[in-house]
Amino acid sequence: MTPAADVATPFFVEGRGAIAIALLVVSAAIIGGILWARAGGRVKVRRMAGLDAVDEAVGRATEMGRPILYVPGIMDMDNIMTVAGVTILGRVARTVAEYDAELEVPTSRSIVMASAREAVQSAYLAAGRPDGYNPDRIYYVSDEQFAYVAATSGMMARRRPAACFYFGCFYAESLILAENGNAIGAIQIAGTAETAQLPFFVAACDYTLIGEEFFAASAYLSGEPDQLGTLLGQDVAKAVAWIAILGASVAGTVVAAFLGAGPVADGLAALRQAMGGGG
Amino acid sequence: MSRDPRLPSLADRLDRIDRRWIFLAMFLAVAVPILWVGVTGRTFPESPTPAVQGAFDAVESLPPGSKVAISMDFDPASAGELQPMATAIVRHCAMRGHSICAMTLWPAGGPIIDATLKDVLGARPEYRYGENFVSLGFQAGNEGVMKQVNADLSAAFPTDARRTPLADLPMMKGVRNIADFDLLVSVSAGYPGAKEWVQFTVSATLTSGKPLRFVAGSTGVQTPQLIPYYPTQMVGILGAIKGAAEYEYLVNDAVRRADPAASIPARFQEAQRRMAPQLFGHVLMIALILLGNAVFVARRARGASA
Amino acid sequence: MSRSMAVLLASLAGITMVLSKFIAPLGDAEVKVADWFNVLAAIAFVLGGANLLKMNLLAISARGPGWGYSAVTLCAFLVTLGAGILKVGVPPAAAFPAVPFSGEKDVNGSALWWLYEYAMSPITGTLFAMLAFYVASAAFRAFRAKNAAAMFLLATAFVVLLGRTYAGVLATSWIPHDNPWVSWLRLENLSAVIMSVFTNAGTRAMIIGIAIGVAATSLKIMLGLDRSYLGGAR
Repeated sequence: MTPAADVATPFFVEGRGAIAIALLVVSAAIIGGILWARAGGRVKVRRMAGLDAVDEAVGRATEMGRPILYVPGIMDMDNIMTVAGVTILGRVARTVAEYDAELEVPTSRSIVMASAREAVQSAYLAAGRPDGYNPDRIYYVSDEQFAYVAATSGMMARRRPAACFYFGCFYAESLILAENGNAIGAIQIAGTAETAQLPFFVAACDYTLIGEEFFAASAYLSGEPDQLGTLLGQDVAKAVAWIAILGASVAGTVVAAFLGAGPVADGLAALRQAMGGGG
Repeated sequence: MSRDPRLPSLADRLDRIDRRWIFLAMFLAVAVPILWVGVTGRTFPESPTPAVQGAFDAVESLPPGSKVAISMDFDPASAGELQPMATAIVRHCAMRGHSICAMTLWPAGGPIIDATLKDVLGARPEYRYGENFVSLGFQAGNEGVMKQVNADLSAAFPTDARRTPLADLPMMKGVRNIADFDLLVSVSAGYPGAKEWVQFTVSATLTSGKPLRFVAGSTGVQTPQLIPYYPTQMVGILGAIKGAAEYEYLVNDAVRRADPAASIPARFQEAQRRMAPQLFGHVLMIALILLGNAVFVARRARGASA
Repeated sequence: MSRSMAVLLASLAGITMVLSKFIAPLGDAEVKVADWFNVLAAIAFVLGGANLLKMNLLAISARGPGWGYSAVTLCAFLVTLGAGILKVGVPPAAAFPAVPFSGEKDVNGSALWWLYEYAMSPITGTLFAMLAFYVASAAFRAFRAKNAAAMFLLATAFVVLLGRTYAGVLATSWIPHDNPWVSWLRLENLSAVIMSVFTNAGTRAMIIGIAIGVAATSLKIMLGLDRSYLGGAR
């Protein structure tokens, strides 16, 4: 009897080819943008009113002698929006340090608290105000969503911050925070990629960074070529996506209207299947 | 005699109205219909939308004895909107004689599973724990759990909520991974929830040759995020308390068609009972928007004529 | 040195998780890396608990505004912690009747179950319900038709608000539902069309933009180009 042949496990996971290609295209566009910017290429970025208003908000709080509230969202550091929120916190904290204003950062996760403290401390050091840094102003509240927002709302009602920043991942508590901020007359700037919460922020805040603007904020505030290069790469990737969607839509419409079943229709169905679209 | 322009006009006073008056109006708009429904027991008729009908058909079309996995990914905060959905789905599965495997990825979801299963299956002696329904309880890990159940369910849930190994449960014999279920249902309030189930579990099965049918129930704010996945990655969506009401209506209609004399307990009409306060709440919202705009126009006109 | 190690660790973890999606032998690595984070987050609870105790004790000793709330917070924290750890009111498990701590901590009737059922559930439900009041005040204050686009938005909002209730069904019940040329004008159908076509298109576009933004941010972190999340600029 001959032994059964070993069944070789494929090296690449099946059915992920199209996704891998899409990932490579997006990554190439972003890396290409970075290299372009490093080589001296000019990257034009439109003005974002919300980010231009950061200085105005911090200045207003300083004049009024009231603190500045920064909420980095309610999720943990494994969420990319929280990472972006902490990154922006570092930039805002630098402005706060320069104005010698008071910053308050209640956090919903312990790791975010630790990370936020590092970011704010570095910002104060970079601004030449190491003595102004107070770690007790960055504190943990609760992992529970509504316990966090209740505590933060209470703090807002008592300490009446003049400027409120909401940058990160938010869920149902977003409207409670924004409405409370509105009630105390604070200037509010928000940014999130949670599409479900954006309408609440747009309705209740003075400025809102929508979706990818939020991810671009860090690059916008830093002004560094590498960071701006990624914005260019993002736009190139979006253009590729736009062309692909338009092409596939036109092809699908033509096939459905004129060609019917055939190799083109089969190819489109296979592409849809490969991208996880189902039968 | 002309009015003193220094005095605030009605529009000015309305523009500066204390928001507690608005809160009081909303309270009355919701509380009065609740009391009315509680006293009369009357509900509005519902006309199911295609997405809800798709969810109903997904459960209805399965042969009796099919295995249904239900992930109750919500906590008490959103139970007002999602509990009726979860109850209706479990009830529908029980009516069809399906086997139910409940789980949750939210820490506060465990007691919700226990309460729902007890409420619906407690009065059904044909449902015996371990044989045709199990509770796997809560498992930490969010998307990590979803990725694990794709390959090996027992790696994610080594035991059920009562610490019994899955291999010792008659219902779980032959269930190696999530794709061995005939239907996956997620009733979700946010993260992790229906969107993550689609991204990390359902989509993987669509390219693996054994597609997993998926139905989602979600809160109103989350529903627009799920619509892009319908009808390919998910065969039905129950969106907000309206979707729950439509689904309840379909289930209760099926009960009445089978037995016209059957009376439906109030706890199985919770979503329909909440449509009355929703109606008045929405009408109040529209009235407030119109009033706000009337104030805006009046003040702008006054400012233009001053 | 420690910052470089942190950046290297972040890069390796991120690259491993991406590659494990496509390379079969790495299949388990993604889950393992996620588990490491869960372990860290669990340990971080101790850090958070200690900070909670410190901040609230400071607030109580300083007798600043709202110090009473800090006292309530500490009491609730310590009582819940004690009820769970000590398994107050939990009978032994049926399989191990002689072992006092063998029962589940949240079994029906236990102290922790009581706190969940009669404190946490109603309080979190109430806070979620407050959204209805806040939405009403936001609607009155902020939804102003300042231009044509805003007017169009408001009209859409009215259609969806009415279409999701029986009022919408009643208002357009006179439109025949079996005539495909006009049945879409019924408010409940129009609401569904708005959600499934216009909202869907907008949401899809935003999701594509957000996904590319997430990819860019993740790439910056994995390549070590952005280290500001560690504290300080690159």
